[in-house]
Amino acid sequence: MKIKGQGVSLDSLDWQVLKLLHENAKFTYTEIGNKLDVAHSTVYDRIQRMEKQGIIKKYTAVVDLQKAGMQQITALMTIHTDPKESESIASKLAEFPEVLEVSSSFSEELVINAKVVAQDQAKLHSFIAHSIAPLPGVLRIRTSIITKCFKEEASPLIP
Amino acid sequence: MTVSPSRVLRSVLREEAFYFFTSIGNYTGQSASSLDEFLQQIKEVNIKSLEFHLYREDFEKWIAQTLGDAKLAEDIKSLRNMKVVGNALRDRLYFLVSRRIKDLKIAPQASK
Repeated sequence: MKIKGQGVSLDSLDWQVLKLLHENAKFTYTEIGNKLDVAHSTVYDRIQRMEKQGIIKKYTAVVDLQKAGMQQITALMTIHTDPKESESIASKLAEFPEVLEVSSSFSEELVINAKVVAQDQAKLHSFIAHSIAPLPGVLRIRTSIITKCFKEEASPLIP
Repeated sequence: MTVSPSRVLRSVLREEAFYFFTSIGNYTGQSASSLDEFLQQIKEVNIKSLEFHLYREDFEKWIAQTLGDAKLAEDIKSLRNMKVVGNALRDRLYFLVSRRIKDLKIAPQASK
């Protein structure tokens, strides 16, 4: 089975390797090879290729900041913008380290959605008031502070 | 302490403007780049926004630190201490700011 995504073909073995790495990025080539019943060199080649193609973007650690002693809050912002400035606002938002995700969506009007973190409510407000609201083209902002997270998955693999 | 009326009445940069919120992170889309614009917005913004900023001390901070008017900041602080809310807050805030603008505009050089 070959699945095409943005011009890059992945076969079922590629997807199985990706699923295992997604489950645990610390699996060795040998461990993945054993699980999939293929040689570790095959796994190595597949991973190398997918890294070069940018399919595997990076390996990262999921940190529980509360356990690490860091207090922080996460908020979801909906930013209503002048459509002419929308792209520029989204690009600027993406540059802030406080902003984890930026996307645009359309329902009744085009809006920018952003996930943002801050140490506390005061810092969150200060960031939005001093860094986001002054951006040219920002019409208004609605912000919800996340009180409880029921599921958090980086990017589900559904081939 | 003397203040320069022209400094207090000037227009500030977009980054230094006052942005009106109704609660944490909820921006109304209204802002003021000068004391004149601030006065205009007092008439127009949601009353929740005036209450939100007054009790966070945002107005007095912006007026003292950005516009450089310690006297008006002090007047607004006293309003906060009186715990005024609702339309009474809007009216009193409007009165204080409009009176100060009038004083500053007729002051020749510097104002106390």
